[in-house]
Amino acid sequence: MSSADEYSDDEIDYYDEDDEGMLVDDDESASEMELDNFSEGASKKKIYEVDYESLSQAEVEKQMKSDVDSITSIFGVAEDVAPLLLRHFDWNKEKLIEKYMDNAATVSVAAGIAPPEKAPRRPAASGGRLHSSSQSSKESLIGPRRSSRRTASAATKSSKSKVLERVTPQVHNESFVCPICFDDTQTEFLSLVCDHKFCKSCWAAYIESKVKTEAESWIACMAEDCDVVAPDNFVKQVLTGDQRTWERFHELLVRHYVSHRPDLKYCPYPSCTYTVSCSITRASLATQVPIVTCGNSTTHKFCFGCNIDSDHRPVICAVAKMWLQKCHDDSETANWIKSNTKECSKCQSTIEKNGGCNHMTCKKCKYEFCWVCMGPWSEHGTSWYNCNRYDEKASKDARDAQSRSRASLERYLHYYNRWANHEQSKKLSVELYAKTEKKMEEMQMTSELSWIEVQFMKKAVDEVIKCRTTLMWTYGMAYYLESGNEKELYEDNQRDLERAVEDLSELIESPLDPEVIKTLRQKVTDRTVYVTKRNEIVLEDTARGFLEGRWAWNVPVAGLD
Amino acid sequence: MAVSTRRLQKELAEIKNQGTPVGIQLLSAENFQEWHLSLEVLGDTVFAGEVFCLRFRFDNQYPISSPAVQFVVDDKWKAPTHPHVYTNGHICASILGNEWSPVLSVISVCVTLQSMLASCKKKELPPGNDRYVRHAPDNPKKTRFEYDDDTV
Ligand SMILES: [Zn+2]
Ligand SMILES: [Zn+2]
Ligand SMILES: [Zn+2]
Ligand SMILES: [Zn+2]
Ligand SMILES: [Zn+2]
Ligand SMILES: [Zn+2]
Repeated sequence: MSSADEYSDDEIDYYDEDDEGMLVDDDESASEMELDNFSEGASKKKIYEVDYESLSQAEVEKQMKSDVDSITSIFGVAEDVAPLLLRHFDWNKEKLIEKYMDNAATVSVAAGIAPPEKAPRRPAASGGRLHSSSQSSKESLIGPRRSSRRTASAATKSSKSKVLERVTPQVHNESFVCPICFDDTQTEFLSLVCDHKFCKSCWAAYIESKVKTEAESWIACMAEDCDVVAPDNFVKQVLTGDQRTWERFHELLVRHYVSHRPDLKYCPYPSCTYTVSCSITRASLATQVPIVTCGNSTTHKFCFGCNIDSDHRPVICAVAKMWLQKCHDDSETANWIKSNTKECSKCQSTIEKNGGCNHMTCKKCKYEFCWVCMGPWSEHGTSWYNCNRYDEKASKDARDAQSRSRASLERYLHYYNRWANHEQSKKLSVELYAKTEKKMEEMQMTSELSWIEVQFMKKAVDEVIKCRTTLMWTYGMAYYLESGNEKELYEDNQRDLERAVEDLSELIESPLDPEVIKTLRQKVTDRTVYVTKRNEIVLEDTARGFLEGRWAWNVPVAGLD
Repeated sequence: MAVSTRRLQKELAEIKNQGTPVGIQLLSAENFQEWHLSLEVLGDTVFAGEVFCLRFRFDNQYPISSPAVQFVVDDKWKAPTHPHVYTNGHICASILGNEWSPVLSVISVCVTLQSMLASCKKKELPPGNDRYVRHAPDNPKKTRFEYDDDTV
């Protein structure tokens, strides 16, 4: 299902109507918004939205199939062969065609569809010892850059047959025993084009281990140094009766394909198999935030442009990433200032004073200093417990550095605390939904309102949570905004949204008074409409600011001039 | 019977019937979880006169998954000084990792390692040995070695 807006699921032909690109002017859409059509969504793409399409696994497989079919017909190869050729070239059709036209035999060996023809045997080494020939040729097997099993050499080939000779019991045609399990009750044997025969049960264990443990879909023959690869049909045949591994194998094939297509991205939510198609360019990430939702669930919201698995609008990817990194790096320091500890002036690690003595030794770097003046202890001579060096230069410098870092930390905490507060409230949304549902039931019983009519409560909660996400990210962005008029206007919009959200939030969480349910309904509905408008304003104005290059940053931002 | 047990029984029987290659001896194989073998490099090499002990650990996925193989380092044994052997006995060899094939066996691993030592011209520790040893997991299979050196 295609959807640029989580509320517009049923508007499939939406994109065909709108191909004006990003600069759609939709000033009116916010003012026309009414509570009742929240769930229908706006009919026009908003300035902060991008075009995209959600694809099911079957739909992606259809795309893969069309690539496979075209290769099959161009090269006139078997149906099983084309997928391996494409996979070997990471689905780069042009490169495959070029290389295959150039040297089909080499490409076939590299892509694991044919064993190297008559690999010339290495002359046996000195002889005499039981394993000499296998030894000398096996040097290349170990340690050093063995690129991969996909590049076999004549030398390793011959070594393999040696090893096989050793482990394999005499092969009688009538009683073949699998050289891996030696289980003589096995009756079904399979081999790839290389003719290395193994029992079906060993193949199954091997493929299962590759697929499940290694998440590997490129399954080379089990024989040592054999680079022939199992085509899909072979895997399917081996995995009859193990539907789950087969499905996982299929998923891995699709993931591999998707990961090599810049216009596709796999849904990052656990055990989701949907893909989103979006043709946004790297360069446009400086002005656009490509938030998409997969067709599996409206909660599967993620950014097509970066690895953040949630809606980080209105902040562009580069700034959002910087902010998350900052929060990650500073979480320890932030705790420090809260708990009134000090930091070692040498290694910056946190020190807690837990006795009367001013002589502190940093646990981490062993730096000794004075708790009172923060200066080095070595300069305190014998004035134990009694600091008289508060104004000495070394002590002053240490304190200045600390107060500077304190000031910058306090600035950071200003934004961080607000960010964290909205994040915390969002996390409690599950409980809020549960509480709200109870209230809705209560309303139904104590008033004449129907279940449909009490939905205004749920819609209000939806809106509050959505706006808290916006607010969170506006604080992340504000931290990096250069002060000035633009930032002030930005913060005005932010403040208006925040007030509106807190008002609505308070209203929906306050205890129910059966007397005034009708009034409450009107109030909540009005405030929800207002909150929605304020959120639109923040999202639109910020997006427009990016397009106009209106935002100035107090740090260099990757991808921006 | 687990495939790993049947397979190791078979390998053990083969060792008992056919013996081991020169320079390789089975020290202990009391169960199907852990075996010890001694390894000696014959002829004129930098390891002439030294004997090493290899410890094999098998899980029940063997031989589909590779055994955990390392040189024993204790009061009695030490690891060879070799650019692919860390001083804690861990070995950086692709056949124990991404080049493992289920047709390989305990003996073929020993033979391979014997030849790795035999071709060594100069006793040298792997680069970053100290750092690796300090942080190494107990089981070498948990390490993701990079097979990035072409000169054995
Ligand atoms: Zn078997
Ligand atoms: Zn093969
Ligand atoms: Zn999804
Ligand atoms: Zn992003
Ligand atoms: Zn310190
Ligand atoms: Zn002092």
